[in-house]
Amino acid sequence: MAWNERVRPETDASEKRSAGKGVFRKCDGCGETLLAEVLENNFEVCPSCGAHHRLRHDGWRRLILDRGELVEWDRHLEPADPLQFSDGRGYRERIASAQKATGATEAIEIGRGHIDGLAIGWGAFHFTFMGGSMGSVDGEKIARLFERATAESLPVVLLQASGGARMQEGILSLMQMAKTVAALGRLREAGLPFISVCLHPTTGGVAASFALLGDVNMAEPKALVGFAGPRVIESTIRQTLPEGFQRAEFLLEHGMIDRVVPRTSMRAEIATILRHLRR
Amino acid sequence: MSRTLPFEQPITELMQRVRELRVVADGDARYAGELRRLEDKVSKLARELFEELTPWQRVQLSRHPRRPYFGDYLERLFDEFVELHGDRLYGDDAAIVGGFARYPRGPTGRSVMVIGHQKGRGTKEAVRRNFAMPNPEGYRKARRLMDLADRFRLPVLTFIDTPGAFPGIGAEERGQSEAIGQCLLTMSQLRVPVIATVVGEGGSGGALALGVANRVLALEHVWYSVISPEACASILWKDASQAERAADVLKPTAQMALELGAVDHVVEEPPGGAHHDWDGTARRLDYALREALAALDGLGEQELVDDRYRRFRRLGAVHA
Repeated sequence: MAWNERVRPETDASEKRSAGKGVFRKCDGCGETLLAEVLENNFEVCPSCGAHHRLRHDGWRRLILDRGELVEWDRHLEPADPLQFSDGRGYRERIASAQKATGATEAIEIGRGHIDGLAIGWGAFHFTFMGGSMGSVDGEKIARLFERATAESLPVVLLQASGGARMQEGILSLMQMAKTVAALGRLREAGLPFISVCLHPTTGGVAASFALLGDVNMAEPKALVGFAGPRVIESTIRQTLPEGFQRAEFLLEHGMIDRVVPRTSMRAEIATILRHLRR
Repeated sequence: MSRTLPFEQPITELMQRVRELRVVADGDARYAGELRRLEDKVSKLARELFEELTPWQRVQLSRHPRRPYFGDYLERLFDEFVELHGDRLYGDDAAIVGGFARYPRGPTGRSVMVIGHQKGRGTKEAVRRNFAMPNPEGYRKARRLMDLADRFRLPVLTFIDTPGAFPGIGAEERGQSEAIGQCLLTMSQLRVPVIATVVGEGGSGGALALGVANRVLALEHVWYSVISPEACASILWKDASQAERAADVLKPTAQMALELGAVDHVVEEPPGGAHHDWDGTARRLDYALREALAALDGLGEQELVDDRYRRFRRLGAVHA
C-alpha cells in the first residue's frame, strides 16, 4: 500500500482539536470528552477506555527512552527526486511541505538511546511525514541503523508506522526493502537482537521487509498491520472484510506477532525482553 | 485482451506480409536476396518504432498474452528440470515454480536451482496459477528451495513475472508480509551465485522477493517498479483508468531501472517484441545469463554474499 492511500484508523483523531481550542479532546474509542492535557500526559491513551491515539515521535522518545534522550544519527540525509516525479504537484514540493509541517527531515529518525540503562540502536517512523513512506533516505537510515548497531554491538528497537514504500521514488523505493533486510541480516549474524514494534499502520513495503522479521514482534492494540491495504483487498476479491481484519489482535491470533502491547507497558516489556536477550 | 496491441499493428502486419512472401517464394533463390532485404527493413522499422514506445506501451507489451512465460524459457534453456513442490508448511502454490535443472544445455551444463513466477496460458490455467500472484506458500516454497540450493552449492537462477503478491484474506492470514520479508533475507545471505531476470511484470515486493541477486537482468519490454501504474493512478487520481498517465510519471521501465542501477543489463528483444519470436528471445537471454554466471565464477562464498550486499547497499537517491 502506498503512503497516501488513506487508512482510516479508528484511533486517529489526535490532530482533530475540538471546540475550546485544544483544551478538550474527544476520545475516538469511547467518545468521552477529556482534557487535552490529560490525554497528552497519558501518552495519548484514553484513561477511560484505553483507546490509543496517534503519538508523535517526541512522545515516543519520552515514553520508551531513558529521560527521553536520543543522540540522533544522520539527520542531514535528505531525499532527491530521481524520477522528477509530479502528479500535478512535484515531489520536491511535497517533501518541503512535509518537512515544514513536521519539523523532521524525513520519515524516520535513527540514533542511540538507552532503555533502563542499556544502550540501544533506535529507529522510529514519523507517520505524519508523507504517511511514513519509505524512500531512499529512510532505507539508507535503516540500513545505517542496523550496520552501526552491528558495529557498536547494540540491540535494535525499531518502531514502524508506515503506509509502505514511497511511490514517488519508483523502483528505488522498492530497492530499499532489499537493502534494509540485507543490513538486518548482518545484525542477526552478529547475534544482536531486533525488537520490532508495529504501530498503526504498518503495511506494504515496510511490512513486507523488516517489520515482521523481529526476533520479537510486537504491535500496539488495534494497529493495522498487513501487506496489502484493506481497500486493495476489497477491490480485488470484491468482499467486505471481516471485523478486526489485519488488526494487531488478528495478527496475534494468526501467529504473526508475539505480543499485543499497550503503550503504557511498552517500555517495561521492551526492557524485560532486552534483558532476556542480553548475552 | 486483443492479441495485437494497436500500436504494434503496422509492424505485425508487415512481418506477417514478409512471412507470406516467403511461403510464396518457396525457397526460390531468385527472391532470396530481395526477401532478406525486406526482412531487414521490417526489423529496422520495428526497432525504430519500439525505441519510441511510451512507458505504458512497454507495460502493455510486458503483459502481452502471447509473451513467453517462465515455463517457455525453462523448456528452451534448461535440461533435466525436476520440479519440486510445496512449502512443507501448508501447501503448494502454482504461481511460483521451482526445481533442479541443468544449465546451460549441453556438455558445459551444471546443476542449478531455478525458480520463477509462472503465468498460465488460457483462462483455466491462468486461474490455476492465480495469474502469477503468489500466496505466502509460494514465497515459502521459494525460500525453501533457495535454502536447499545454498546447502548443496547450486547457483540460483530466478525469473520474475508477476503483477504482484496476491492481496487476499487468506494471504494476509497466513502472513504474506513475513513470507516476502523472509525471502528477501534468505536471498541476501545465499553463498551461491544468484541471477534474477525480469521477463515480464516486475510487480513490487512480490517481484523483488525473487530479485535479491548478484546480477539483475531485464528483458527490454518489461515493467519493474514499486507499484503498478493502475494502483499508482488509483492513489493519485482515484482512477485506475489513468494508468497510462501514471506510467508516464512512475517510469516503471527496464530502461529507467537500468539508469537507476536496479537492473544491471537490459536484454534486447527480437524485432516486434518477445512474443514474435520465443526462440530468438530465449537465445538472447541464454547468452546474457551465461555471461552473468561466468562473471560470478571464481567468487568465493563470502565474496558472493558481499557482492550482493554492496549491489543493493548503494541503491538509492540521497542528498548527504
